[in-house]
Amino acid sequence: MSFYHIHEQYDWDEVSVSIQSKSAFDVENALNAVNPDLEDFKALISPAAASYLEQMAQKSFQLTQRRFGKIIQMYIPLYLSNECANGCIYCGFNCKNQINRCTLTKEQILEEVKHIKSMGFEHLLLVTGEHPKKCGVDYVEEVLTLLKSEFANLSIEIAPMDLEDYYRLKKHGLNTVYVYQETYNKHRYPEYHPKGKKADFKYRLETPDRIGQAEIHRIGLGCLLGLEDWRTDSFYTALHLNYLEQKYWKTKYSISFPRLRPHVGSFQPNHPINDRQLVQLICAYRIFNQELEISLSTRENAYFRDHMMGIGVTSMSAGSKTEPGGYANPDKELKQFDVSDDRTSDEIERVIRNKGFEAVWKDWDQCLVM
Amino acid sequence: MDILRIADKEFKSRLFTGTGKFNSNEMMAEAIQASGSELVTVALKRVDMKGNNDDMIDHLNIPGLNLLPNTSGVRNAKEAIFAAQLAREALGTNWLKLEIHPDPKYLLPDGEETLKACYELAKDGFVILPYIHADPVLCKKLEDAGASAVMPLGSPIGTNQGLITRDFLKIIIEQSNLPVVVDAGIGSPSHAAEAMELGADAVLVNTAIAVAKNPKQMGRAFKMSVEAGRIAYLSGLAKVSAYAEASSPLTSFLS
Repeated sequence: MSFYHIHEQYDWDEVSVSIQSKSAFDVENALNAVNPDLEDFKALISPAAASYLEQMAQKSFQLTQRRFGKIIQMYIPLYLSNECANGCIYCGFNCKNQINRCTLTKEQILEEVKHIKSMGFEHLLLVTGEHPKKCGVDYVEEVLTLLKSEFANLSIEIAPMDLEDYYRLKKHGLNTVYVYQETYNKHRYPEYHPKGKKADFKYRLETPDRIGQAEIHRIGLGCLLGLEDWRTDSFYTALHLNYLEQKYWKTKYSISFPRLRPHVGSFQPNHPINDRQLVQLICAYRIFNQELEISLSTRENAYFRDHMMGIGVTSMSAGSKTEPGGYANPDKELKQFDVSDDRTSDEIERVIRNKGFEAVWKDWDQCLVM
Repeated sequence: MDILRIADKEFKSRLFTGTGKFNSNEMMAEAIQASGSELVTVALKRVDMKGNNDDMIDHLNIPGLNLLPNTSGVRNAKEAIFAAQLAREALGTNWLKLEIHPDPKYLLPDGEETLKACYELAKDGFVILPYIHADPVLCKKLEDAGASAVMPLGSPIGTNQGLITRDFLKIIIEQSNLPVVVDAGIGSPSHAAEAMELGADAVLVNTAIAVAKNPKQMGRAFKMSVEAGRIAYLSGLAKVSAYAEASSPLTSFLS
């Protein structure tokens, strides 16, 4: 049995109605629960919880500090390729978009690494479009082999793969796989993902199961906020998280909150989530799951990121470029999206310190895995 | 003088500390100094193992302070042994806090894998302080395996719940031929004092100091509580009785 079978047991509209019908009483119960469950999570993301935002933030702050301490973990993405065979209607890498395409060579990667290392990063997130021929498992394996001795922690955010592929990559130092479902709304999913392998809802939904079976150390989940009702999608994400934690109990979990940003093409989010709602969502996750790593990327602006430190968020990127080769040779044409926080890693480290936190650059070591 | 001996080292302070969760390395160093601790555990995953400059390690260059590398992050004995060997080379110490917790949620230790690793590492000359459940049988087995002390938990790491394993800690302390260091879950100086009053040889405290509003002052508070608890233990605590001691005993007519 995979998560697909769990997912099938829930009806999208019923979940939506259930969230909408949560009352202030339910929210207060959730805030006081010792071990909040999925019904509590629904209450915390419901409209009724909006007026409890400050209490949620206070609780979230305390829980985060107790578990993670006064720290923010630092990571940086390295875009390896913007080749993509998918036609996701919201994405700058959509195969129909007339942009320059490239996949970095080993030499180009090492050039990028020089810049990234000079900023102090030890945790690296490798990102590609979804193009099995140009940046599939063979390519990623080569890149991991090239970088294993350079970085303490290597993560990927690339096309979902088969189980054997994850086993292969694990041997080459892979620590974390991020795979976002984009939306858990099975009926609306095909509209956003009409083309390519990504059109297969079930294969994507079962990807975290395969990552768990391969005993990869950490799995990053999330949905693309703005596509469908964020509350309902977030409930499914929490359901997914619960299922995975029970089944793959040796794995760590992390969650991210990509919000749709302006990009090449014309897609505008149908269900935008505003700042207050995003704070509510982040706090809800923290109260629901105290161990969950919560990441906030440079998609968010400086003001928002600075104020979210400690209120649930445990990890942040800094100085990010979203185009392949962007650290050595910035080229706006190749970007997946515009970052909203373009401060350097030094600047962000200073802010973190001034906020009373320590920026942690290294929190893993390749020596901890065989 | 009341000295704690573990393997080849002697400690005047019975408060061991940690390095995680502080808001800066400066604050960490100040808090550790204020605590008077002479043994501080360091997660290998946080240290630059390639031997370049490591700001955290630099800040731990405090007279009288010894490093206790820990294997937090490994999931089995094989990984622990590999990490331990690299740590010995990188940090120049054969002391090791053996920490194997495959469950990243509650970070509870895997006794079976810890015992396996302890046998191997002891043969390899390590001074091993294993982090374990408050499991009296496992503690005896670790003695046989060559551990230099045992570190049973008071409650899950970072929870500040105190000695919820109290009754089992008492059995461990009663039976152990090795120093017993109560590790994990000590959330306040009173918890530390309680462990020392029970007869623990030392305690390890990290979260409660690191996340305090004033870690330096909290380090000092723990120093005092550990000393108080130890003195109380050595002085012989008055027995707790379920019955009142009658001022006019009923059986005095027999004497």
